[in-house]
Amino acid sequence: MAMDECISEFLVEAAEALAGLDNDIVKLEGEPENAQLIGGIFRTFHTIKGTSGFLGLSHLGSVCHAGENALGKMREGSLHPSPQIISVILKCVDAIKGILTTIEATGDEGTLQHEALIAELNALHERPAAVEMMSADGDSAMLQALFDATPGPDLSDRKRSAAPSEEVRAPLALVQTAPPSESVKPSAAAPIEPSRDSAVVKEGGKEPVPTNHTIRVGIDLLEGLMTTVSELVLSRNQLLQLLRGETESPFAGPLQRLSMITSELQESVMKTRMQPIGNAWQALPRIIRDLGRELGKKIELVMDGAETELDRQVLELIKDPLTHMVRNAADHGLEMPDVRVAAGKSATGRVQLRAFHEGGHIVIQITDDGRGLDPAKIRRKAVDTGLATEAELVGMSDANLFRFILRPGFSTAAAVTAISGRGVGMDVVRTNIERIGGAIDIESQLNHGTVFTIKIPLTLAIVPALIVGCAGERFAIPQISVVELVRASRSGEHRIERICDSTVLRLRDRLLPLIDLRITLGLDSAVADEGERLIIVTQVGSWFFGIVVDRVHDTEEIVVKPVSPLLKSLTAYSGNTILGDGSICMIIDPNGLMSQLGRIETAAGRQPIEAASVDQEQETEASQQLVLVKCGSGLRKAIPLDQIARLEDFEVSNVRRSEDGRLLVPYRGSLMLLVPATPAVDLQESGRQPVLVFTANSGVADNAPAQTRHVGLLVDSIVDIISHTTRIDIVSDHPDVTGATIIDGEPTEIIDPANIIRRDLVGWPTISEVPMTIERIAA
Amino acid sequence: MSEPNAASAQTLVTMQVAEQPFGIWVESVRDVLGGQNISRVPLSPPAIAGSLNLRGRIVTVLDVRVLLGMQGTEQPEKAMNVVIEHQGELYSLLVDQVGDVLTVDHHKIEGVPQTVTPAWKSVSSGIVKLKDELVLILVTETLLQIAGLTTAEELAA
Repeated sequence: MAMDECISEFLVEAAEALAGLDNDIVKLEGEPENAQLIGGIFRTFHTIKGTSGFLGLSHLGSVCHAGENALGKMREGSLHPSPQIISVILKCVDAIKGILTTIEATGDEGTLQHEALIAELNALHERPAAVEMMSADGDSAMLQALFDATPGPDLSDRKRSAAPSEEVRAPLALVQTAPPSESVKPSAAAPIEPSRDSAVVKEGGKEPVPTNHTIRVGIDLLEGLMTTVSELVLSRNQLLQLLRGETESPFAGPLQRLSMITSELQESVMKTRMQPIGNAWQALPRIIRDLGRELGKKIELVMDGAETELDRQVLELIKDPLTHMVRNAADHGLEMPDVRVAAGKSATGRVQLRAFHEGGHIVIQITDDGRGLDPAKIRRKAVDTGLATEAELVGMSDANLFRFILRPGFSTAAAVTAISGRGVGMDVVRTNIERIGGAIDIESQLNHGTVFTIKIPLTLAIVPALIVGCAGERFAIPQISVVELVRASRSGEHRIERICDSTVLRLRDRLLPLIDLRITLGLDSAVADEGERLIIVTQVGSWFFGIVVDRVHDTEEIVVKPVSPLLKSLTAYSGNTILGDGSICMIIDPNGLMSQLGRIETAAGRQPIEAASVDQEQETEASQQLVLVKCGSGLRKAIPLDQIARLEDFEVSNVRRSEDGRLLVPYRGSLMLLVPATPAVDLQESGRQPVLVFTANSGVADNAPAQTRHVGLLVDSIVDIISHTTRIDIVSDHPDVTGATIIDGEPTEIIDPANIIRRDLVGWPTISEVPMTIERIAA
Repeated sequence: MSEPNAASAQTLVTMQVAEQPFGIWVESVRDVLGGQNISRVPLSPPAIAGSLNLRGRIVTVLDVRVLLGMQGTEQPEKAMNVVIEHQGELYSLLVDQVGDVLTVDHHKIEGVPQTVTPAWKSVSSGIVKLKDELVLILVTETLLQIAGLTTAEELAA
C-alpha cells in the first residue's frame, strides 16, 4: 500500500519534471554552451534514476543512467550537444515517458526493450572525446573549461564569506557545472562576478521555496470546491432577491457582508482554476523541432505571453486545436529554406504564438511569416469542391474567402504530408473553438504570412447572460455572443419583414436573418402577438443573426451546469442554470440555433455565404461594380460588372426567332444567342433592346482560338452602374440567384449569369457537348 | 452493507399512478418531494416533464404516466416527486401518490404474470403479494432508458 503511494507520487513528480525537459533539451540545441541548462537536465535524469533505483524500477533506472552518462559527458564539456546527439537524448526522454506510462497503466515496468537506445547512448559517451570535439570551437571551450576550473575554489571561498550559509551549496554547484559557459569568466572579470553570481544564486536558492508555499491538491477536490461555491453564489443571489422587497430588514447588514465574502471566495476559487497558457504550449518546441528536422525546414518558434492565465477547463479544450494550428503554420505556412531565400526572406521561418487578455477574453495569435494564403487558389478550390459558385465568390472579401479553409474537406495543400494536409484539421479546430464560445479570425498576405486570431472566454463555469422571456418561459443567452438589442414593432423604425418563409430585419442597410424562439423551440404560439418584439443580434464566428424574443428580463451571472444525459441530444441548449429566484432556466446555445438556420439554407445543397461583420468589414471589403437592371416586375436585379463583356443594345428588328423559339442576333460576324435574364423578360416590341453580352468559352483546349462565343442576356432596362460593397444578406434557394442585399435602400437580388446561360445553352447543338465556363473580361 | 436480518428482506417505497400501486427499492430513492415548481424544457422528449431545483441540484423530472403510455400528468406542480439517482445524475418520477415503506421478504416476490400490459411488464422485475393488494416492483434503469425515447409512438411500441 505504502509502496503504491510512493510509486504514484513518483509518477506525478517525474511527469512534472519531464514536462519541462523536452523544452530544455530543445533550448540546449540552440545554446549548446549553456551550462546551467545542461546541469538542470542532468539533475532531472539523476533524480529520476535515483528514485527509480529506490523503488526497484531497474529497467527505468538503466535507461536514465545511460542518458545521465551522456549528459555527464556534456557537462564535462567532452561531448558537444550536436543536433544528432540532441535527437538521441530526446529519444531517451520518450523512452522514459513510455516506461512511466506503462507503470501508471499496469503497475510494473512492462517489457518494452530499450537495449538499442541504451547502446546508442553509451556509444555517445564512450566515444573518444576527439570524435565529438572536432571543431576548433570545441577545443577552445575545453581549454577554457580547464582554465576556469582553476580559479573556481577561490570564487566559492569568497562567496562563502559573502553569502548567507544556506546559499553556499548553489555557487559550488555553479562552479562545478559552469566551465563551458560564459557566465563565469577568467579572473580578470572576477570583480564584477559576485553580483552576477548572486543573481544566479538567488534563482538556485529559490528552488526549495515553492515546496513550502504550494501543496498538491487533487483536481476532484478543486472541482468539488468550485461546485460548492457555485451553490453558495446561487443561495446568496436567492437571499438578495428575497431582501429586495424588504426596505428595512435586520438581515440587510449581515447579508451585505455575506455577499461580499461570497464574491471574494468565488474569485479565489476561480483563481485556483486558472493556469498559465504556457502549460498548453509546453509540447510545442519539441513538436516544431521534430517537424523542422523531418521537413528540412528551419523554424524558429517564439512564444509570448505564456504566463497569461485562463481556466483549466478551457485550457484543456484548446490544447489540441492550438497544437494543430501551430503544426499547420510550420508545415503549410512556412516555405522551404531555399524558397524563402529566393523570396528575399531569411532561411529560418518564424512561427509566433502570442497570448494576452482583452476584456473577459483571452486572445491567442498564431503568426507565421510564410507564404500566406493565396486567395486565387482558395477561390478555385471552393468552386472545385462545390462549396460556392463563382458568382458568390466575386464580391467576397479576402477575410471571408479565407474562412473556407475552416470548412470540412478543404485543403489547398498540394501534397498530404504525415503531419497535415488532409483537410480534416481546421474544421475540427473551428468546431472545438466555437464549442467553447470562441471565434477564429484569419488575416493573411500572400508571401508575407498568415495570422490566426483566436478569441475565447476565460472561463466557462460562470458567465454573464441575458435572461429573456418568450411565451411565458425564461431562457438565458450568454452575453459573449450578444452584439446588440433591437426593438422591433409594426410601426417603428425597425420592422420584421418576410421573404418567402423566412423573416428578416433591416438593420442599417443590411438584412439580418431571424430565428423566432417561439417557433424554433415550439413554444405556445397561441400567446397573443403583442406587436412589439425584441431582437437579440447574435454573433457566432463571423455569422450574424437575430433571435426574436418577447422581452428581456435581466442580466445575471449564471453558473453553467451541464444538461441531463436525457437532454444531451437537444442542440438548442448548451446547459442549464438555476436563477436567483431558484427556478431553472435553459441556456440557449446560439451555435445550436444557427445550425438549425444553416440546415434550412443548405437544404437546397448550397452553402450559406458568411455574412460580414457590421463595422469592420465595410472598410476592409473591396467595393465592387454592379450593373443594376430591371427584369419584369420582381425585385431589382444586379449583376457583377466584371463578368460582363459589353453592354449593348440592338435594333429589335435585327433580332430573329429560331425554329425552337430561341432569339438570335448577328453580332461581330456571327450569330449570338439571346437568353432572357428571368422568365419574365421577353423581347421588346420595337425600338432598341438592351442586352448584356457575356463571353462564353467552350474550353476544349486552353489555347483553342476560334471557340470564343458571345451570349447575350436580355433585360428590360439597364438602370445604373454602381459601386457597392457586396454583402449577401439572404442566400437564395434559386440557382439563378446568388442572394439578396440592399442597394441604395432598395432590396436587390444579385443574379448569377453563368448559371442562366449554362442552362439555356444545354441542347444548343454546336456547343452543348462541351462544358461552358464564363470567362471574365478585364474592363 | 446488509444487516444479518435483512439478508432475505428488502425495503420497498410504494407509490401509485392511475390507481396502480408499484414500488421502488429504497436504496435508489434519494428524496420524496411534494408539489414542486417544475420548469418546462421545450423540445424535450415527451416523457420529460421538465426540471426542478433540489437544493441547488438540477433534477430531470420524468412523467411516469407518459412512460407507461398514458396521458401526461395534468398538473405536474401538484404531483409527488420521487427523486432517484442514476450514474451521478438526479431524476424525479412524477407520481400521483406516495404510500408506505414496506419490508419485503424475498420469498414473497413473484414473477410478473403474462397478462400484465406490456408497458408495465417491460419496466417491472416482479410482484409483491400483500394482503389486500399486489405491488409491482419497478426497475428504474429501464424507466430511464425509455425516457430518452423521443416520440410518443416510440414509447407506445
